[in-house]
Amino acid sequence: MKRGTLKSRLAPVALLAGLLLALPGAPLRAAELDAEQQARYQTLINELRCLVCQNQTIADSNAPLAADLRQQVETQIRAGRSDAEIKRYLTDRYGDFVLYRPPFKAKTWLLWGGPFVVLLIALGVALRFVRARRAAPAATAVDAAALRQVLADEAGDDARRPPENRS
Amino acid sequence: MRLRYLVPALVLIGLVVLFAVGLRHDPREVPSPLIGKPAPAFSLAVLGAPQQTYTLADLKGRPVLVNFFASWCAACRVEHPFLMQLAAQGVEIVGVDYKDTDADGADWLARHGNPYRTVIADPQGAMGLDWGVYGAPETFVLDTAGTIVYKQIGPLSEAVWRERVAPLLQGAKP
Repeated sequence: MKRGTLKSRLAPVALLAGLLLALPGAPLRAAELDAEQQARYQTLINELRCLVCQNQTIADSNAPLAADLRQQVETQIRAGRSDAEIKRYLTDRYGDFVLYRPPFKAKTWLLWGGPFVVLLIALGVALRFVRARRAAPAATAVDAAALRQVLADEAGDDARRPPENRS
Repeated sequence: MRLRYLVPALVLIGLVVLFAVGLRHDPREVPSPLIGKPAPAFSLAVLGAPQQTYTLADLKGRPVLVNFFASWCAACRVEHPFLMQLAAQGVEIVGVDYKDTDADGADWLARHGNPYRTVIADPQGAMGLDWGVYGAPETFVLDTAGTIVYKQIGPLSEAVWRERVAPLLQGAKP
């Protein structure tokens, strides 16, 4: 029974996977590169942003410009250019925006540092909150005898007596 | 105690300012790193005259607009009447028929009118890639030395021309 439900749950996933695999993909393997170059090619195209469809890498995108950029990366790898040189070539023309991991510099400090700034602020707020709670006045001193009396009254029938009538 | 109300209010104001600024920016407009740099070299055939090449040297010596357009580009149709108007005023515009076939490009110009002094054919988009073009229309403004002084992403318009481009050309009126 359990196997059946699992199977039926996985069926749509399998179907989707099948459909995705059947999609005609862009030529993501550069034909004339050796294994090492192929690995570099894959890394690079997965780190470069397509400028037309801005939330996709040039590996993911089917836009003609992405195809041109992939072609460019392949050509330059074959010409023996290093990864850094290829990235330079593209940032010289399209700016740091083409890189999914832009370098840390004056213009991008907020991008890289922002999350940590927010984290620091959050920590600060949390610390203040905890301190404020600690500093809150402790329970006022209670007369042990009076407390015992109240508890006894609560337990007893005379709990309902108006307080001014207590001893 | 007043801090209790002041802090959220300040945070809110900060966010509103941030969003107000952010919403005015078009994320599709990627600022070009080529502004202030010499235009990249190229050597391409003139549209309709494959034996005639046009190079960067041909762009130097006077301010010129380099307009990337294509027959498949809808926004270029929007921009086109304004380019015709500029051309009539004597502004030199060099067209780059970007990722287009020569036949389609020539046909488009014949149909709508040709505002360009020269049209370069860039069927592969090679010059476009070198110039950091990622769509059409895009327009580069070059000064007399061939330095890129401005890049317009998307259609040029009267307003853009008046506010951004004309002031740059004040010194050297075409």
